Amino acid sequence: MLLIRCPYCEEERPELEFRNAGEAHIARSANMAGESDDDFEKFFFIRSNPKGIIYERWRHMHGCARFFNAVRDTVTDKFIMTYKAGEPKPAKLPGASK
Amino acid sequence: MAKAAVKKTAAAAPSAERRAALAGQELSAAGVTLAVLPPAERISLRAPDASIAALSRALGVTLPRKPKTSASKAGRTALWLGPDEWLVIDEAEKDPLADCAKVTVLHSAVGISHRNVAISVTGPAAATTINSGCPQDLSLGAFPVGAASRTILGKVEIVLLRTEAHTFRVECWRSFSDYVFTFLSEAAGDAAA
Repeated sequence: MLLIRCPYCEEERPELEFRNAGEAHIARSANMAGESDDDFEKFFFIRSNPKGIIYERWRHMHGCARFFNAVRDTVTDKFIMTYKAGEPKPAKLPGASK
Repeated sequence: MAKAAVKKTAAAAPSAERRAALAGQELSAAGVTLAVLPPAERISLRAPDASIAALSRALGVTLPRKPKTSASKAGRTALWLGPDEWLVIDEAEKDPLADCAKVTVLHSAVGISHRNVAISVTGPAAATTINSGCPQDLSLGAFPVGAASRTILGKVEIVLLRTEAHTFRVECWRSFSDYVFTFLSEAAGDAAA
């Protein structure tokens, strides 16, 4: 079983307590009604789906119930780091090869 | 709180019989005993940092701020569930909801006394029994006496509190209580084997 570090519980907890909540750092437009159809489609439907490092939202559903962000490698399924919601994208990833 | 007072006088009349979920069920296996705990007053409390001190004073128990901890005083236990969320259990038949109602600082207190059912798991095989459906590390080092956490057991969510080295309190939702008790019964048999 994967162990995921919850930044609010400050420890690694079993993956069964967590839910994935899609890609992180997708900014919602302040003027949603003024968005063009193309821009809205990009915001609403289009996700990066990379092979490698991805920034995701996760929720500690059956624990503290908080949303947080995680950096995960989609190839190895390894969690590189997690950080609290609202914090900026980490500039440097610990132990990342690139 | 006038409403609560009215309710209590009405309940005193012997017109209705309240049957608690799982009433009277118990199970003993080698090394572990399951028992349904008596009804308790419970609230779900949400509050920002600025309100914690006032609420702690009103409740008479200091709301813990460290993850996975609880605080207990005079029959009242506050369990840390999240950064701004606590489960307060009162076994001394005092109403924590009434205590919170006197507080003017921002908070949300919801009475959930009858939403939950508590099951005690006692004995040297208690941790093994719970671990058959709960993926958390329940060794005394990682989950010491007083540790509390919302987690899962099998397919349902529970709140787990370690009250003594070999005693756990499992809080589950009333409608899941049958599943939880049956699950723990099966697990108790396996843990004893």
